[in-house]
Amino acid sequence: MTADTHRTSHGDDAGTGRTGAGAGTGTGTGTGGGAETGAGAGTGKGAVGTGTGGGAGGASRVLPPLRALLRRNGALGALLVLVAGMALLSPDFLSTRNLLNVGVQAAVTAILAFGATFVIVAGGIDLSVGSVAAFAAILLGWAGTSAQLPVWLAVLLALGAGVGCGLLNGGLVAYGKLPPFVATLAMLSVGRGLALVVSQGTPIALPAPVAAVGSTLGGVLPVPLLVMVVMGGATALVLARTYPGRAMYAIGGNEEAARLSGIRVRRQKLVVYALSGGFAAVAGIVYASRLASAQPQAATGYELDAIAAVVIGGASLSGGVGKASGTLVGALILAVLRNGLNLLDVSAFWQQVVIGAVIALAVLLDTLRRRT
Amino acid sequence: MTSSNDADAAARTGRTGDARLPAPAHELLRTEGIRKSFPGVLALDGVDFALHAGEVHALLGENGAGKSTLIKVLAGVHRPDAGRVLRDGKPVRIRGAQDAERLGIATMHQEFTLVPHLSVAENIHLGRPPRRFGLVDRTAMHSGAAALLDRVGVDIPPGTPVRELGVAQRQMVEIAKALSLRARVLVMDEPTAALSAGEAERLFGIVRRLRGDGAGVVFITHHLEEIAALADRITVLRDGRGVGCVPADTPRDDLVRMMVGRDIERRGRRAGGVRRAAQRPYAGPSLEQANAETEAGAEAETDAETEVEGRPLLRVSGLGRAGGFADVGFVLHAGEVVGLAGLMGAGRTEVARAVFGADRYDTGSVEVCGERLPGHDVSAALSHGLGLVPEDRVGQGLVPGASVQENLGLVTLRAASRAGFVDRRAQREAAARIAGRLGIRMTGLGQRVGTLSGGNQQKVAIGKWLLARSRVLILDEPTRGVDVGAKAEIHGLIDELTASGHAVLMISSDLPEVLGVSDRILVMAGGRIAGELAAEEATEDAVLALAMADGGEGGASGGASADGGGTGNGRDTGNSGGSDGDRSEEDPRDG
Repeated sequence: MTADTHRTSHGDDAGTGRTGAGAGTGTGTGTGGGAETGAGAGTGKGAVGTGTGGGAGGASRVLPPLRALLRRNGALGALLVLVAGMALLSPDFLSTRNLLNVGVQAAVTAILAFGATFVIVAGGIDLSVGSVAAFAAILLGWAGTSAQLPVWLAVLLALGAGVGCGLLNGGLVAYGKLPPFVATLAMLSVGRGLALVVSQGTPIALPAPVAAVGSTLGGVLPVPLLVMVVMGGATALVLARTYPGRAMYAIGGNEEAARLSGIRVRRQKLVVYALSGGFAAVAGIVYASRLASAQPQAATGYELDAIAAVVIGGASLSGGVGKASGTLVGALILAVLRNGLNLLDVSAFWQQVVIGAVIALAVLLDTLRRRT
Repeated sequence: MTSSNDADAAARTGRTGDARLPAPAHELLRTEGIRKSFPGVLALDGVDFALHAGEVHALLGENGAGKSTLIKVLAGVHRPDAGRVLRDGKPVRIRGAQDAERLGIATMHQEFTLVPHLSVAENIHLGRPPRRFGLVDRTAMHSGAAALLDRVGVDIPPGTPVRELGVAQRQMVEIAKALSLRARVLVMDEPTAALSAGEAERLFGIVRRLRGDGAGVVFITHHLEEIAALADRITVLRDGRGVGCVPADTPRDDLVRMMVGRDIERRGRRAGGVRRAAQRPYAGPSLEQANAETEAGAEAETDAETEVEGRPLLRVSGLGRAGGFADVGFVLHAGEVVGLAGLMGAGRTEVARAVFGADRYDTGSVEVCGERLPGHDVSAALSHGLGLVPEDRVGQGLVPGASVQENLGLVTLRAASRAGFVDRRAQREAAARIAGRLGIRMTGLGQRVGTLSGGNQQKVAIGKWLLARSRVLILDEPTRGVDVGAKAEIHGLIDELTASGHAVLMISSDLPEVLGVSDRILVMAGGRIAGELAAEEATEDAVLALAMADGGEGGASGGASADGGGTGNGRDTGNSGGSDGDRSEEDPRDG
């Protein structure tokens, strides 16, 4: 993970600083608004929250929409505080180049976390996403170079592998009645193993068009950032507006009630894990593209980062609660933290400690906020 | 089920008179002005209650009167908003189970608090195992548990995992656990609900012994005959207020009047079925008016009106499942309410769930409008117009953390989706329409269902099926734990539904309700339909006679006490075999 951080801090040259920052916050508010109307629970809580918070300071009265947004999404406040703190401590932090780097650093975790959001909202857990990401990327490299398949077919194969692994997870959970933890723990091992088998333990170069994903659009906008935004938008759309999305909330909130209301719970679980697997494959491709090669040991341990991002974003591990916007904020918090600590020359060892503390603190604050 | 047999029981038991009323005794526990509100409900509104040493004090009241809330305050589960609790005359604060334990208050809740995978001995000493050199002393734990179990009078090896026990045995373990605390104040919330007559008698023996030792026992039950047999004083609660504290030999009618606040007026019997429903106007906006408001509603209305009155909508024949129920058959016609009565564990809920496809069945068939439904397929059932409002509202009927709107739209979610995208505006409008029609009291469609009161939760649970235009509704205990006002509203709704050509199958343990609402009454006993009564000929006695008809045989359900809790208690046959003989002679004990 540290190696990764260093690589990305030698990022691309930048255009105007404001576009970078603007893109980040813009996505946050956009998805937040989209999900708001759909997730009734969120709106209700928001309404109650503003009622009790009537005594807040004058500054927040000037910006009621922002206050409402912070109320609804506690992690956003934490992110803003973190950004402000880093900006004060390190003059380099707010530079365009660095902010774009943060985005690129966040991209892989965020895409994995978007997939994990589906699973967690539906009351499950997916531990296999890091391995599945690596497996998909290796398969892409192998198909595109060793097997000489056309690039589109190789990409399709990689995505298919991700979805397939997800379906297998979903099948074991929904039909085999395995606890999600166990089923996906098994896949964590199988996926990693398959990545090593196909690659024979060595990195595989990616076909050139795929490696281009790791570069920038017009020399300015990093493609991983773009992919992250697109996947985040898709997640928000699915969760808030579609039948499978709404069904996920119902299943995570009360599986038996969902079943007795005619929701085909087992089929929806297949969808949930397939989505997670598909998102993992995309994340794997983005990850590999930044290195221009697929590595069998890539994204090890990323499943835990993904889960952390979802939980920091306000989702509940017992299901029924969670939003794409929250997950994005969660992933950004992790990325800002890593980037900032690097800029401040904090040792990689201490970084782990700080990140762990921040995860606990963020969720603790969110829990306290909800309780009042 | 308060029955007319209660009166007989009371008469038979005889009165011990005032002789048992204690002289000014030591006051173990007192509550003053306890007030507790939950979002949307005032559960307790200034309750005063006092418990003396050496007395059994019964708490009496309808469902939702606040009995359970009061004892949860004493157990430290809920903290009161106002008022105080005095223990031995000193004000105390009970902030949790540890506080209660320290103050010598042991509570046996309605829900079991045993850990299934731990042994009986471990459960009895949960949280405070005997220790030796800092390690758990297993020998002492087992011998201690054995002594307690012996005192309770059950023969269970202390090493048995609790999950292998039946409901009645678990109840006895709960009692042993409470005894192990050496509590001075014992609170028992419907401890006999799962017990056979013989087991209940043994429990009474233990309670009397505790009373003799100078402990105070708070006893909650719905069975007036148990109160007459056991209690010294009775405090009656109604709508969260204490109505009064009276001696245990108060006549039954007076007690009932205190509980319901008036003489029991029987709901008008449904003599004319569909026609009569029109004569009894419902206070809210009428079905027709409300439905005419939107296009979808208008369609629903047309659907309903094209129903030929009296046409069979649901036909169940020969339905059976090994160990659950057998040979269950009945027909539901458009425009009628059929009541499904029976003792707890007679298999009513199991049949309802099987008909709806929530659980499987082995034999028989279910037809809706002449079309046979595949077994164990909820989707097929609801697409044919079948709806189930389950017994366990929060556990099975609703998604408590989701909004009113989400819950109302749950059944119609798929129908409201085009190419996977949900038409959220239509969902919102439909939810607003049905919420208005049902008079759901809420802060808005965005309020979380878990924070609504019981009656309003039930309206949401029913409302989602109305939105789905279900023609046949199965309501399992639709008014349990619902306040009087909401109960009347739900009854009015049932009338309206049948008036517009729906058919309703209503399971209820509230016998007056079954008699008042139904056109016909099916009575189940031991997993079979024991008989059918027309509304005209149905009386509480007639229903009870059928309900206990084959109690002596034990029946497919393995005894009435065994499978009351639903699907999870299948292995629970051991406790009832010997007691079935007693049961047929005793009064029914039912929740």
